[in-house]
Amino acid sequence: MKKLLLISAAISVLGAPLASQASPEDDLKTFRGYFMERFPNVPLEEFANGVYAIDADSREQWEAIEEFPPYELAIEEGEELFNTPFKNGKTYASCFRNDGIGVKGDYPYYDTEKGQVETLESAINACRTKNGEKPLKWKQGEIASLSAYMAYTTRGQIIDIKIPHDQRAMDAYENGKHFYYARRGQLNMSCAHCHIDNSGNKIRADLLSPALGQLTHFPVYRSRWGNLGTVHRRFAGCNNQVRALPFKAQSTQYRDLEYFLTYMSNGIPWNGPGARK
Amino acid sequence: MQKTARSTLAAAGTLAIVLGGFVITPNIVSAAEASAVEEGKRIAFHRAKGNCLSCHKIAGGSQPGNIGPALVNMKARFADKAKLRAQIYDATASNPNTIMPPFGKHKILSKSELDKVVEFIYTL
Ligand code: HEC
Ligand code: HEC
Repeated sequence: MKKLLLISAAISVLGAPLASQASPEDDLKTFRGYFMERFPNVPLEEFANGVYAIDADSREQWEAIEEFPPYELAIEEGEELFNTPFKNGKTYASCFRNDGIGVKGDYPYYDTEKGQVETLESAINACRTKNGEKPLKWKQGEIASLSAYMAYTTRGQIIDIKIPHDQRAMDAYENGKHFYYARRGQLNMSCAHCHIDNSGNKIRADLLSPALGQLTHFPVYRSRWGNLGTVHRRFAGCNNQVRALPFKAQSTQYRDLEYFLTYMSNGIPWNGPGARK
Repeated sequence: MQKTARSTLAAAGTLAIVLGGFVITPNIVSAAEASAVEEGKRIAFHRAKGNCLSCHKIAGGSQPGNIGPALVNMKARFADKAKLRAQIYDATASNPNTIMPPFGKHKILSKSELDKVVEFIYTL
């Protein structure tokens, strides 16, 4: 009964700034334009830093944190896991282009064979199962460390996600976009309400980060979590906040959402793993 | 001790509702009203209930957000108390794009909780 109530909230798509069905290229232009206008003093690449790009006070605390990054151990653990052979003698490197170094930028992409969006985490687990290993849990732990190491070797590359002119890829993109603008949960809010319409405003004591550049730095170390989490863990957290039932990590909904939102960060550097409050 | 005081007031509130329309002593009425306002404030500020402070500055509350307007001059803004209630019951009725949750329509607050919140907000 309670569950029913949580999901029964009507889903309606909001207006600005991406109302109609436009090409992803046009969407990106409108989306970026909105934020450049809303935060005229913030250069595009700075949007990789979330709230710290728009608020001097919290930026200072964050810079102090970054001097002894709380995700450093996870990168080391990730590197060690990455280089430890599976029982069959192969390593993760065998599953990726360029032996897996600097390839986070290949994800997410639309896999026409599997008929779904492939994420870095799903590729890591696919590599494990292909080599006879059990898949890892999706949201934290070893998968986050591996992902952190792979993000780290990709730092500084410019995000350049492609949406091919394949109808299914376009549909996945549209689905992710719809998700971002759809009201959800008992509190009836969309991601866009908080991270577009009210980006830079405060919800109680929390400053709301702009949607632009929101996925450059995952996985992320959050002080509130006390450890590292993947981007789908964050999605579930934001669904929970509005009393919506979160979807499963690596569900089609979250894959598509990641596809849309990462595409919206095109042109901004990858800078994961990150540290946030 | 406080609890006893509150339940006495709550009982007075019930009495006032039951007796609505009848003549009751002014003392009981004001106690009931004071109790509704007081409880309304508690519900409005409670994070798991109204949590109105996450978006509105409200006198007496700390660390307000700034998504919505400060809640002041409510009697001037809402000559008709029913309109204020409607705004809190379902803010999307007057602004389909609003971020403000529909507290009544989505049963975030019960009817009696919502009524008390209205009483409190109307004192601002
Ligand atoms: C009720 C407001 C609210 C809603 C609705 C909401 N979020 Fe958030 N979100 C927050 C807050 C608060 C934070 C932490 C501060 C920040 O970084 O914005 C946050 C953080 C995030 C972050 C991390 C940003 C970073 O720099 O690490 C992502 C990504 C995110 N949200 C995505 C989403 C998505 C996707 C949705 C919809 C499914 C959503 N949010 C809905 C309030 C919200
Ligand atoms: C997530 C944000 C949010 C929350 C939580 C919220 N509001 Fe609002 N509220 C708004 C916004 C934004 C407006 C501006 C009008 C609109 O968007 O419809 C508003 C408008 C109002 C108004 C009309 C003010 C005026 O002068 O016209 C009242 C009254 C009000 N809210 C009361 C409340 C009460 C009481 C609660 C808690 C029970 C609450 N709000 C919770 C965002 C919020």
